[in-house]
Amino acid sequence: MSTQLPTLTSRQSVEELARSKGEPAWLVELRGEAADLAGELNWPKPEKVRIDRWNLTAVGSYEQPAPVQAISELPGIVRELVGEGTENLLIQRNSGAVWKQLSSELAAKGVIFTDLETAAKEHGDLVQQYLNKAVEKNEDKLTALHSALWNGGVFVYVPKNVEVELPLQAILYNDNSGAAFAPHILIIADNHSRVTYVDCVVSDEGANEEAFVHPSIVEIFVKPGAQVRFGSIHHMAAAGVDMSIRRAVIENDGRIEWIVGDLNDGNTLSDTKSVLKGQGSSSDVKVISVGNKGQQMSLTTQAVHFGKSSDSNMVTRAVMKDTASAIINGITKIEHGATKANGVQTEKVLMLSSKARGDANPILLIDEDDVTAGHAASVGQVNPEQVYYLMSRGISKEDAERHIIYGFLAPVVSEIPVETVREQLQKVLERKLEG
Amino acid sequence: MATQFVIDGLKAEIEGKEILKGINLEIKGGEIHAIMGPNGTGKSTLASALMGHPKYEVTEGSATLDGEDLLEMEVDERARAGLFLAMQYPSEIPGVTNSDFLRSAINARREEGNEISLIKFIRQMEGKMKELEMNPEFAHRYLNEGFSGGEKKRNEILQMMLLDPKIVVLDEIDSGLDIDALRIVANGVNAMRSEERGFLIITHYQRLLNYIKPDFVHVMMQGRIVKSGGPELAERLENEGYDWVKEELGIVDETVGQA
Repeated sequence: MSTQLPTLTSRQSVEELARSKGEPAWLVELRGEAADLAGELNWPKPEKVRIDRWNLTAVGSYEQPAPVQAISELPGIVRELVGEGTENLLIQRNSGAVWKQLSSELAAKGVIFTDLETAAKEHGDLVQQYLNKAVEKNEDKLTALHSALWNGGVFVYVPKNVEVELPLQAILYNDNSGAAFAPHILIIADNHSRVTYVDCVVSDEGANEEAFVHPSIVEIFVKPGAQVRFGSIHHMAAAGVDMSIRRAVIENDGRIEWIVGDLNDGNTLSDTKSVLKGQGSSSDVKVISVGNKGQQMSLTTQAVHFGKSSDSNMVTRAVMKDTASAIINGITKIEHGATKANGVQTEKVLMLSSKARGDANPILLIDEDDVTAGHAASVGQVNPEQVYYLMSRGISKEDAERHIIYGFLAPVVSEIPVETVREQLQKVLERKLEG
Repeated sequence: MATQFVIDGLKAEIEGKEILKGINLEIKGGEIHAIMGPNGTGKSTLASALMGHPKYEVTEGSATLDGEDLLEMEVDERARAGLFLAMQYPSEIPGVTNSDFLRSAINARREEGNEISLIKFIRQMEGKMKELEMNPEFAHRYLNEGFSGGEKKRNEILQMMLLDPKIVVLDEIDSGLDIDALRIVANGVNAMRSEERGFLIITHYQRLLNYIKPDFVHVMMQGRIVKSGGPELAERLENEGYDWVKEELGIVDETVGQA
């Protein structure tokens, strides 16, 4: 099935928009080329999920952002996510940033934390050097479309040897289904730097009824010896389709930690990949998801090992309710020459309904002999022995099951770096699990 | 009213196979009863059937605690009515910390709005853990996950101490315990002895009964209590084994429900 993209994704329209926003020539051109590609390429084809049947064309049109003067002007759903006393916060509403804040201390150290559109103008060389280098515009229709249309976004640059102690936080939300909402997140951690970034992607009233698509890309460059912790919670309305491609390239002795909560109410394509380029590089991925009602999800984690002695661990845990379905893929690829590499993955699905579907597909692709790798996958129901044990202490059946389900997700929840985000995540889980 | 626990003509089966063939037993507050017997005679089935394990089906008989019919109740209601079973193989529950679990269990016995305060709970839990010589770190570990056999048993006793039940069934609490752990567990049980509380200790070794003195000893074979006596019965079983009982009763195969 071919899907006709709206005319505003044509080369002419995207270039016109980019020029009107004052974007540098190289970016105008990149967007134009991407728009052409979006017309030619096919949608990605994840295992066993027919995303071509989703409404993928409701990409909306650009909405001029109107910056806010105070956090108090923002809707409750956003305010309650703001970390207490945070000095490093970026908020995107629909097509652009409306709030930006970076502590003077970090700014003085050379840390850049701003929206990607601004960064493209103010730090053009740096952005040009990295943008679309981890996720290329010509991979498929999704990456092309996103590269043509992305707006707002986040740019993080941490200079050599700078350690950012407190998490940088971003909140990306839409409240207008008709507005384009396509953030691109670009993080560069220079040699031996350290940073934690956490974002929440949510939708508010105004984006609950009409269909919308959130095509987003995250690119992270972990330079030698650097460490990046990336946390992300997605909780958009059922009317939305979330297509999020996340990718990190990790150099010698660098480390990435991904903590992802795919908790949308709508259909979701989520693909989180670490490219372990450098010797001794390492990656740790934790993904949780709760599927309810009729939502469909394709959740993929990937680790590709090029570096000797590189190490990867991937964990995905999903709870499936009602008639929801999730295809969970874990792909560990060890390239020839990546001696002493170690790749481990686990996918676990807890089924709460006989009509739900949860497939766990662990895949190991190994082209090198001198490596270690392992995988474990399980799909099961709440264990009746565990329920019996908890009930035998006086806990009701309902509470016993709750304990077991939350316990199943706890190893990921407890890792969320910002306390307010962790608390909100807890609320989202309660709503999804008990709603 | 003094605690009174009465099992009357209890029969139970698993997957259609009858294991308990009519158990009669009465335990009053303050009493300690021991059920002994070789493996496969139905001892643990009795414990599981009383608690309401989903795999066991009670086909006949009754079990009442202070006049209330336990067998009519769900598992959690039985617990809240005052029955406690220290399990032979406690479940591991990943992601649920021991302290969260214990607090939920305590609060399940209290009215909504009257939950135990966190401070009071922690003080109680830490006090009991100290008595059981448990590392305080176990409060924050996931429930039974990665615990050794002995640690699990101690954790069962910790739960018993915090939940203050009327009838305690200890199912093979001594299996897998070294002598130090056995002493600690026994001390925990002895500290809980009271006129308000009855105990049913299931074991096939007499050694536990050196630490916890029973008032009554029963021998179970073929899904029935075939012999009852005082503490001297346990000693004789320890010295002479079970063969004399079998001989006396003309039992060839003491097991029940074996394939």
